[in-house]
Amino acid sequence: MKLLIKSISYISLALTLIPSFLVFTGNISLDSGKLLMLIGTIVWFVSAPSWMNKVEE
Amino acid sequence: MLKEKLLSQLNSVEEYERTPIPENKLKGWKSFIGMYAGEHTAGTEFVIGPLFVAHGVAASDLLLGLFFGNVLAVLSWAFLTGPIAAKKRITLYYLLEKISGNKITAVYNLVNALMFCFLAGSMIAVSATAVGIPFDIAMPSLNDWLPNTVGWIVVVIAVGVATTVMAMFGYNQISKFANIAAPWMIMVFIAAAVAVLPNLGVHSISDFWTKANDTIWTGTPLKGQSQFTFWHVLFFAWFCNMAMHIGMADLSILRYAKKWYYGFSSAAGMYLGHYIAWVASGILYSLFLLESSNSTQFAPGPVAYRAAGLAGAICVVIAGWTTANPTIYRAGLALQAIKPKWKTWKVTAVVGGITTFAALFPALVMKLLEFVALYGLILMPMGAVIMMDVYVLPKLNLKSNFAEFFNRRFNPSAAISWVLTLLSAVFFNVYFGVEVFFLGLPGWFIASLVYIISSKIVQQKVGKSLETVA
Repeated sequence: MKLLIKSISYISLALTLIPSFLVFTGNISLDSGKLLMLIGTIVWFVSAPSWMNKVEE
Repeated sequence: MLKEKLLSQLNSVEEYERTPIPENKLKGWKSFIGMYAGEHTAGTEFVIGPLFVAHGVAASDLLLGLFFGNVLAVLSWAFLTGPIAAKKRITLYYLLEKISGNKITAVYNLVNALMFCFLAGSMIAVSATAVGIPFDIAMPSLNDWLPNTVGWIVVVIAVGVATTVMAMFGYNQISKFANIAAPWMIMVFIAAAVAVLPNLGVHSISDFWTKANDTIWTGTPLKGQSQFTFWHVLFFAWFCNMAMHIGMADLSILRYAKKWYYGFSSAAGMYLGHYIAWVASGILYSLFLLESSNSTQFAPGPVAYRAAGLAGAICVVIAGWTTANPTIYRAGLALQAIKPKWKTWKVTAVVGGITTFAALFPALVMKLLEFVALYGLILMPMGAVIMMDVYVLPKLNLKSNFAEFFNRRFNPSAAISWVLTLLSAVFFNVYFGVEVFFLGLPGWFIASLVYIISSKIVQQKVGKSLETVA
């Protein structure tokens, strides 16, 4: 379960970054890029707190 | 019931202000990497990067100046602050009290707390430029010093209250939040800059260097701004956190480190925040200047929103929070050192109130480069005093921790070092025109030398008077 949530978190981080490169190369519009970044942001803040900061506790 | 639970939680926040950190409370390197990355990928990055553009830094000067300046900053944390933090494991304020006595420490703490309040205030102001977007409030411009709309005041107060409440729950909560936000924030910084490159005429990687020189960092300052060179960038990158490393304020943070060399974890903050984020925010600002025909409006929120949408605006808010929080925490520690019996959370609440009031004034943002340099310069001499006290005085057969050892409330050597250093800085500035960015380096040597010489004289006198009494 933890691995799944971690994977989702990392995918959401990628979703925050990668669309900008697609905008740069002209594959998607800036508006689509912004929407994907927002989705990445929401998923990151929902998923990351459940596994980050737990290692050293 | 809820009130009792909250009070109990707040009262249980133990920050070890006057005792060394116990072994079981030490933190691993991940905690520091997250904290430094979060703290230095901050609201101020949305201001500093653009100000380099405004000051006409050339592209090669920026990239090389930032590289070498940040190397020097990391080395300062690693070899100056880290070893003393691990050796003493107490806050800067408590160590200073042992060396300088409580009178100088009280003055230092007041100045320090005030500086921290201003710094945190500028970050709250930056966050407010993003929070204000949906309310369509009028944003401040480069020439604004006073708050000019009710909307601005309301938004700044709302952001200030939220930030203060978070800080009241202590370092652990701040560290956890910074850890979570840090990787995401740097992604947004990079993404926002990459996404707007086509609007600046960069359509392939090979276009970048040409446009970087012609359109982004042109080497020509905006009207009314001074010209910055490689040396300005290098010294600013090195000294913008001078109070934290050379000035030893981060003893309060790095005392939690399991090993002395965790000071190297500051590299996460320097190269993600003070390199990539400054470059990225400079790119965003150059687009704003291009599209607004060099408008004087200066509001990071709308600039980030233009490039990255809602995620960009959220990034500005959180970037401001993650820096304002530890800064308010540090200011709270500074005040608590004067009144140790005050509860941490109550002191933090007071500091948060002062910070929020300061944030109302846009001048804090518009003059950030000068303020940051001045703030480091003012606090730096006490870092030199600590350094000499810990390493050099014992080798000269002099006593460290003068105030504690001789049971004095006032160490004249520390006071002389501080005052003479600042007076010499004013002298160099007024008579030789040395800019504030370059005064820190000679100032450190002056402070060190004066402290050693004056300690020799003062301790001899005190020793003789003790012999006479005996």
